[in-house]
Amino acid sequence: MKIEEHQNNNPSKPAQRKASDFKIRSNRLSEFAVQRDYDRCIKCEVCIKQCSFDVHYRDEEDDLIKHRPENCVGCHRCAVMCPTAAISITPNPAQYRAHGSWSGEHVKDINRQAETGGVVLTGSGNDKAAPVYWDRMLINASQVTNPSIDPLREPMELRTYIGAKPASVKVKDGKLASEMPPQIKIQMPILFSAISYGAISYNVQKAIAEAAEELGTLYNTGEGGLHPDFYKYKDNTIVQVASGRFGVHPDYLNAARMVEIKIGQGAKPGIGGHLAGEKVSESVSITRMIPMGTDAISPAPQHDIYSIEDLRMLIFALKEATNYRVPVSVKIAAVHNAAAIASGIVRAGADVVAIDGFRGGTGAAPKAIRDNVGLPIEFALAAVDQRLRDEGIRNQVTLISGGGIRCAADIVKAIALGADAVYIGTAALIAVGCTLCQKCYSGKCNWGIATQNPYLAKRVNSEIAKNRLVNLVQGWSHEIKEMLGGMGINSIESLKGSRSQLRGVGLTSEELDILGIRPAGM
Amino acid sequence: MRDLSMVCNPYNEDKVISACSIFGMMDVSGKPFSGEPVFRAMENMHDRGNGLGGGFAVYGIYPEFPDHYALHIMYTSQAARHETEQYLEPRFLVERSEEIPTRKTDGINNEPLVYRYFVLPKIPKQSEVTEEDFMVEQVLRVNAEIDGAFVFSSGKNMGVFKGVGFPEQIARYFRLEEYQGHIWTAHGRFPTNSQAWWGGAHPFCMLDWTVVHNGELSSYGANRAYLETIGYKCTMFTDTEVLTYAIDLILRREKLPPEIFARVISPPLWEEIDRMPEDERKLQTALRSVYGGLLMNGPFSIVVANGSQMIAVTDRIRLRPLTAATKDSTLYFSSEEASIRLVSLELDHVWTPMGGVPVIGKLGALPVPEQSTKRNYTTSTPVEVAR
Amino acid sequence: MSIATSIEIDAAGLYYKELNAQIRDAVSEGALKVVLKNVTGQRYIGTNLYGTVDRDTLRKLEIEIHGTPGNDLGMFLDGPTITVHGNVMDGSGNTMNHGRIVAHGRAGDITGFSARGGEMFIKGNAGYRVGIHMKEYGDMRPVMTIGGATQDFLGEYMAGGVVIILGLTLKPGEAHYCNHVGTGMHGGMIFLRGNIEPHQIGTGVGMPELTDKDAELLTNYIAEYGRLFDTDVSEIKLEDFTKLAPLSVRPYKQVYAY
Repeated sequence: MKIEEHQNNNPSKPAQRKASDFKIRSNRLSEFAVQRDYDRCIKCEVCIKQCSFDVHYRDEEDDLIKHRPENCVGCHRCAVMCPTAAISITPNPAQYRAHGSWSGEHVKDINRQAETGGVVLTGSGNDKAAPVYWDRMLINASQVTNPSIDPLREPMELRTYIGAKPASVKVKDGKLASEMPPQIKIQMPILFSAISYGAISYNVQKAIAEAAEELGTLYNTGEGGLHPDFYKYKDNTIVQVASGRFGVHPDYLNAARMVEIKIGQGAKPGIGGHLAGEKVSESVSITRMIPMGTDAISPAPQHDIYSIEDLRMLIFALKEATNYRVPVSVKIAAVHNAAAIASGIVRAGADVVAIDGFRGGTGAAPKAIRDNVGLPIEFALAAVDQRLRDEGIRNQVTLISGGGIRCAADIVKAIALGADAVYIGTAALIAVGCTLCQKCYSGKCNWGIATQNPYLAKRVNSEIAKNRLVNLVQGWSHEIKEMLGGMGINSIESLKGSRSQLRGVGLTSEELDILGIRPAGM
Repeated sequence: MRDLSMVCNPYNEDKVISACSIFGMMDVSGKPFSGEPVFRAMENMHDRGNGLGGGFAVYGIYPEFPDHYALHIMYTSQAARHETEQYLEPRFLVERSEEIPTRKTDGINNEPLVYRYFVLPKIPKQSEVTEEDFMVEQVLRVNAEIDGAFVFSSGKNMGVFKGVGFPEQIARYFRLEEYQGHIWTAHGRFPTNSQAWWGGAHPFCMLDWTVVHNGELSSYGANRAYLETIGYKCTMFTDTEVLTYAIDLILRREKLPPEIFARVISPPLWEEIDRMPEDERKLQTALRSVYGGLLMNGPFSIVVANGSQMIAVTDRIRLRPLTAATKDSTLYFSSEEASIRLVSLELDHVWTPMGGVPVIGKLGALPVPEQSTKRNYTTSTPVEVAR
Repeated sequence: MSIATSIEIDAAGLYYKELNAQIRDAVSEGALKVVLKNVTGQRYIGTNLYGTVDRDTLRKLEIEIHGTPGNDLGMFLDGPTITVHGNVMDGSGNTMNHGRIVAHGRAGDITGFSARGGEMFIKGNAGYRVGIHMKEYGDMRPVMTIGGATQDFLGEYMAGGVVIILGLTLKPGEAHYCNHVGTGMHGGMIFLRGNIEPHQIGTGVGMPELTDKDAELLTNYIAEYGRLFDTDVSEIKLEDFTKLAPLSVRPYKQVYAY
């Protein structure tokens, strides 16, 4: 029942609006409409307590729960939590006049900037309908000439070793006679990508670390340092060294199984980071080793890396600092010349190259950058793998791809294109509760994920969250095994770079060439 | 043979699919014998092939030229022959060249010209390339660059004879009853691609090493990606080609023993590796993580040989059949036990090896059945046989 | 009952189609025993006898093989007894319905694949995936007795029936060498004599105690094995057997998200 009908039932209270009922003055149409079924509403105020954006409020005079739809970010926390399912959040049916060139989003952003003079900030990954090439690739399966393998009964191996590989193995008297560079065993080719404590809450990072531990894989601290409590997960930790060098010190470097130099991030190639002072709580301050409440600014470049030989210098500085005990990874955003850069990174001595595609997530990025800079990971990955193969150096290095991995099939396709493993970030946060409202930068995450507000953060129970993450990765692992079995292979290494297992649908011949695959039907 | 893909793979498939019968017979005392039992054994497995490919590798057949490389070359025209011979002339000392004797045989059609050359390489003095690498390079160049010529055998004191037809027809065509060798391997092919080509039959050969292969490598794409990164060029679109290069890389170039080769192409499962003693585990972990691209995944059984050994191995979960047997100093490998029984009703031992565990016969040493009927990753101690 | 007639066929050089046609003709003409000499790899022996004579007669038919029969021996077998004086290759008893296969030797891979009924006795060892997807239905229950040991994936996704492994080819104290035993098993049972490590057994397979019925079944089949192969089985003790049976008839319930 809508509010108008409700009013008709209460003729004693004429439809009279108070000032507080009016939205904040703006030329912007609300993005979302809030609909409340007053027959169902029991005025329990759960929605008020759940919403950190002050959408819902109690009107004492009317004795009704009301809402300010202009504040709504579309996170659906209230709708999910409402015990009587009285609330639904929908796109606002009232839209600007349709226009083929000026979308509602353009008009709203212009208004937002006209009101503030600022950069339009956003969070999470690119939400534009740029082609997702994963969806235009189809996977092969065996029929007759080679048997498909049933993964529920037959062995099916996903174990992967991260680290540089020598060209050959020397054997003497039946024993290994060559030195192996440091290797990290992971039980499935899925790692949790860099998400810093600061961007996400303590409980969420703890959940991710514990999930990595239980699954036998790795998680990545991001550039936010390592909280003292999390040193116990060191066997499953990748520590990042980024331009801000927050929390980077010998203990930190030596706590990890791998050190990753972050050059760039798919969601915001070429720019740095900015953790707002609001999110620098006491605990974040300890972890990042910066005073509470100050902004944590990560510069755009690493100021000791202005060229490839400088990168080499940092790679080996980190190897020295860790006594050559752990692999060193270099993460770059997928940009137009990613292939050449990746080749340089390998030659500079990196053990692992991580490439992050333009649909990757972020805690905060200018929308102009997030939606317009970079490359789809599918192309970047195919181009990097091919370049490294052409140069004969692909077998030496581990290639991790991330930025827009949404499901098990995406992983299978990424490995067939040439990746050794994938990073997942957004998918992990969705598993914990994220609904992609893209307000991570606000610190007001109603799902308790991208926030340091203790009231919000305690909404995530780290054990439940850990279980959800473990379930997700195990579910995906089963699906990967099913697809491998369908292709007649029982080990993940037999998929790597096997592009003939893929066919393209609806792709131009140039796109097919770049991906190194053939069109479906050929 | 320029653009082999056109003759091997006219439909431009990802890879050409074929299934097969394989057979191997070796007298570990080194005594040469006629191939007659091998022909009978292959004929008994007629139904495993479809007449679109058959072939044999025979070792010890050219004792008069023990140190010369015997190049077997097929030509589609006399012009190709002239061009090839002009190419060979400055690069090799050609001791003898002759047409390989053949006879008109029912069922054998469109036969190419087949010649053989006994040659010694003329390696430029200042060159640091090894003789073997020089030979491999020349063979691959003739195959890739001379239109209508294909070197299908290039070892010493051995030869491959193969073509389109049932194996028993190929044997008759090449008059193989006139040869004596101490190792014979054989293959009958069942390609699903009807347009078969003589060069695409098995055995595949790289210098002294040959392979016959039953099955299909589901990992072909990954294997090919790995090998092409190292510099091998896959031109024939058959999974046997990637096996041949893996043999070349691991056995010839890296000089790793055949036990290790088996552990590269058919490695134990990680759960088994985890249970190994430390030294074994370290070695096997290194082999799998470095040579993961050479894991031959999918059903196969193969027989690999050079002049001094014959090795059989299957995929690690044994999706293709293989039977091994011994009688006195003779070692047999076959897709079917019945074919071995046909040529030797009485056997000393007959057994089926575990998936991925190699059976290795060497001159002077027969394999011990127990070492391959069970999973045992320590190096094998063969039974010594007087030569 | 009419007087049993016996016929001998020399299989040397015969293609399987021709050999099987000769067997079929002989059975149609009333033979109750067919002796095959010099068999070398001919496939599908016993497969084509459906409709030759009535079912009861077919169940009395004996086929005696000397040599090495080919793959798929007795595939879809529905009544006859096949005795092989030699080894059998891959796929013996494939999808067998009724009848008996006795091999005085060893057996290849996928022996008894998908068998729904009948009995198999293998004197020696057997290969990979023995008893794979054996099943049972109503009063049809296949029983396979292997004198030796087998290779990997014994009883893989077994859905019914009985596999008895006597382990007679193992040395004293030697453990079985098959891995992945009973992986995916969701019916039937395996009785295995000799040592086996927990890691060799698939997940979802339990080791319940032998019941009285089990003991009776085992005793009968061990005795029959001894009789058929003229082997002394007095050393075989019931307490040396491990029974393997599925913990659940739906082992994969947890795998799926609904």
